[in-house]
Parts: sequence; C-alpha cells; structure tokens
Amino acid sequence: MELNQFVENFAAQFDDTDASVFTPETKFRELDEWSSLIALSIIAMVDEEYDVVLKGDDIRSAVTIQELFERVVALK
Amino acid sequence: MAYIKAISYYLPSRVVSNEELVAEFPEWTVDKIASKVGVDERHVAASDETATDMAIKAAEKLFEGRSDIQKESVDFVILCTQSPDYILPTSACIVQSRLGLRTDIGAFDFNLGCSGYVYGLAIAKGLVVGGIARCVLLLTAETYNKHLHPRDKGNRTIFGDAATATIISNEGFAEIKDFVLGTDGTGAENLIVKSGAMRFPNRSEEVSFDENGNPHSADYLYMNGAEIFSFTQQNVPKVVKETLLKNNIEQDDIDLYVFHQANKYMLNFLRKKLKIAEDKFFVNMAKVGNTVSNSIPIALCDAKQQGVLRGNVLLSGFGVGYSWGGVMLHIK
Repeated sequence: MELNQFVENFAAQFDDTDASVFTPETKFRELDEWSSLIALSIIAMVDEEYDVVLKGDDIRSAVTIQELFERVVALK
Repeated sequence: MAYIKAISYYLPSRVVSNEELVAEFPEWTVDKIASKVGVDERHVAASDETATDMAIKAAEKLFEGRSDIQKESVDFVILCTQSPDYILPTSACIVQSRLGLRTDIGAFDFNLGCSGYVYGLAIAKGLVVGGIARCVLLLTAETYNKHLHPRDKGNRTIFGDAATATIISNEGFAEIKDFVLGTDGTGAENLIVKSGAMRFPNRSEEVSFDENGNPHSADYLYMNGAEIFSFTQQNVPKVVKETLLKNNIEQDDIDLYVFHQANKYMLNFLRKKLKIAEDKFFVNMAKVGNTVSNSIPIALCDAKQQGVLRGNVLLSGFGVGYSWGGVMLHIK
C-alpha cells in the first residue's frame, strides 16, 4: 500500500477542494469541505480500494491523512 | 403459509422542498447534499398530527380501496413506531378503537426503526401460521421529524414522515418465505433519542454544536453517521447472503432487491458491494426521504404500481438498535 496513492484516493472524495491541497500532513477535518457525508465517502473508498472496514472512531482519532493511512495499514 | 394481501401508505400533506431547506440554511450546500442522499422532498407531519393518526389514515386507505378486505375480518393489529402518542397505553389499542375494529382481537406496538417492517412481517407470519390470527393488520408509522432539532440540517434533509398498512393473511399476492434476523445492542448509542423515557426522564435542555454546526442534544435524535455506515457496510451484505442461503436460492435468482431506503449514497454503495444490477435494485426515496420503518412497504407499494414487483423479492431492513433483518417474498 502506497501513501501517495492513498492521499490521491482521499482527495477524490472531495468535489470543491483542489487536489493540490492534499498532502500526507493535511489536517483533513480543518478543510472547509469536510463533512459527515465525506467521512462516509472515505469509509466507502477504504472498503472498495483496500478491503478494510473503518469505524467512525478510526476517522475521529486521526488528525492527518497519513495517520488515517497508517490506521488502514494496521487494519489490513 | 402466510401472504401479503395488500399494502397502502399515507404521507402527511406538508412537503418540505430542498429550496425551503436552502432558505433556512443559506450557509450550507443543501442541493449538493440532497443530491448525494437522493432526496428532493420529504413529507412532514403537522404539529398536531401523530404517528397514530397517520397509521389510521394508511389503514383507512387500505379498506377504502379494496372490497375484499373488510375491517371486520382484521383479527390482530401490530403497530411499529418509535413515536407513540403516549408512554402508555399502547398506540395499537387506540388504533383498534378509532378504526372501529372488533374487540375480540389482539393489538400491540413494537418499538423498532428501519428494521421494523421485516420484524412485523415475521411476527405476522408467526401469528398466521401458528393459527393465532387469520388477518393481521401490520402498521408502521413514524414521525422522526418530531425527534429532530430544528437546526439539524443533515437529518432534516434525510428523514421524512409516513405511515403504512399491510394485511397479512393465509392468501394474497406475495408469499412470505424465510427470515434472517439480527441484533447488536452495542450500537445503541449511535442512533438514539436519550431523554424523555425512564433512564433520563427530564429533558436536558442543553444543546452543543459540533465542528460542522450540527446540534447535539439528549432531547433530540442523535445519529453517528459514520458508525451507522460502518455497521451497514459490515452487516447488510452478510444478511443478504444469509437470507439467500436460508431460502435456498442463488443471488441471480432474485428478481428485485428492496432494502430499507436509508439514503441513495449508502444504497448505491451496498448495491455495488453486493454486485447487484441496477435494474434489480429498487431505489425510490426522492419524493419521500428516509421514512424509517415505512420505507420498505412504500417501496413495495410503488414497485407494485410500476409493475416491477415480480418473482423473488429480497427485503432487508437495518438500523437503530442495532437491529436488522432479511426475508424473501415470492410474488404470485
């Protein structure tokens, strides 16, 4: 599993935030477009791309995209 | 054997459009969210209209439309609601009297949400097959909008109020086949109205707002969307597979899947995960929203009207509790 690809997949869930904004260090909950519905998209994306079931808590306890990536790796 | 003989539904007259929500929440992208969840408008019960009132209207519609269904033949009433008129007595008893049903019949409520219709069919089938009743009136009625904080824009976009009436008897158009039911109370906190019953009898009168400006209060419905999504993602595919197994049938031999209409986004995700073709998967929430225990019977009613309710139909309801269920119908 590759971090940059994960960041790209993460960014693809957003419609209005430019892809260039997203880096491993991005604090995703601080983004204007972040919403509970995008959280669902992230859970769906992680299931489809990585075959991992994330809990709401996994998303809540991660601050950056990289931290979430590491959680997905740990659950894989 | 037990069959569904007839289904009808009632929607309250007040319609809340997306435009109305946009006007109320100008800072919010209502249109974008509404298109993702697949709801254009939802019906909302009037302040003096309760779930019991609506259940009675749904039942009256059923009796008016069908000469072969007489009030006098109903010998059991079960009502699924999480918005009862009173803590006690049971709303189904009030329904018996207001509908003018016989007094030598059974009547009770059961408290379930999105899984409620499947459970209602299970109870009704048990009553009919067990020889306890011959004509069961299964009612679902819900006014979740009364549980929502006025500033809860997300849930106000999703939920609609409605009531439905179904007759289950020893003859009808849809044979009720085998069930799979499930429960996991560890999810209770993720979809809850905390105050107002005996654990927290007094209203807290406190509201806090989260990072997205959504109100959180023990006095109103709280839904942890991400946890609920995670729960359905894990459970619904399992329920579907177990229901197929129980009915000894292959996935391809199902002609129509009718799931609880939670939201379009979740339904599409589940459909893709289960590899179900779009034309075999019924989605109809644009005009009604998520109507909780009413969503499956409304969908069945609309599918029947559209002529797509045929062959083997797999129903699945899932949600608050957590509680879930699956059943197969065979349409004659």
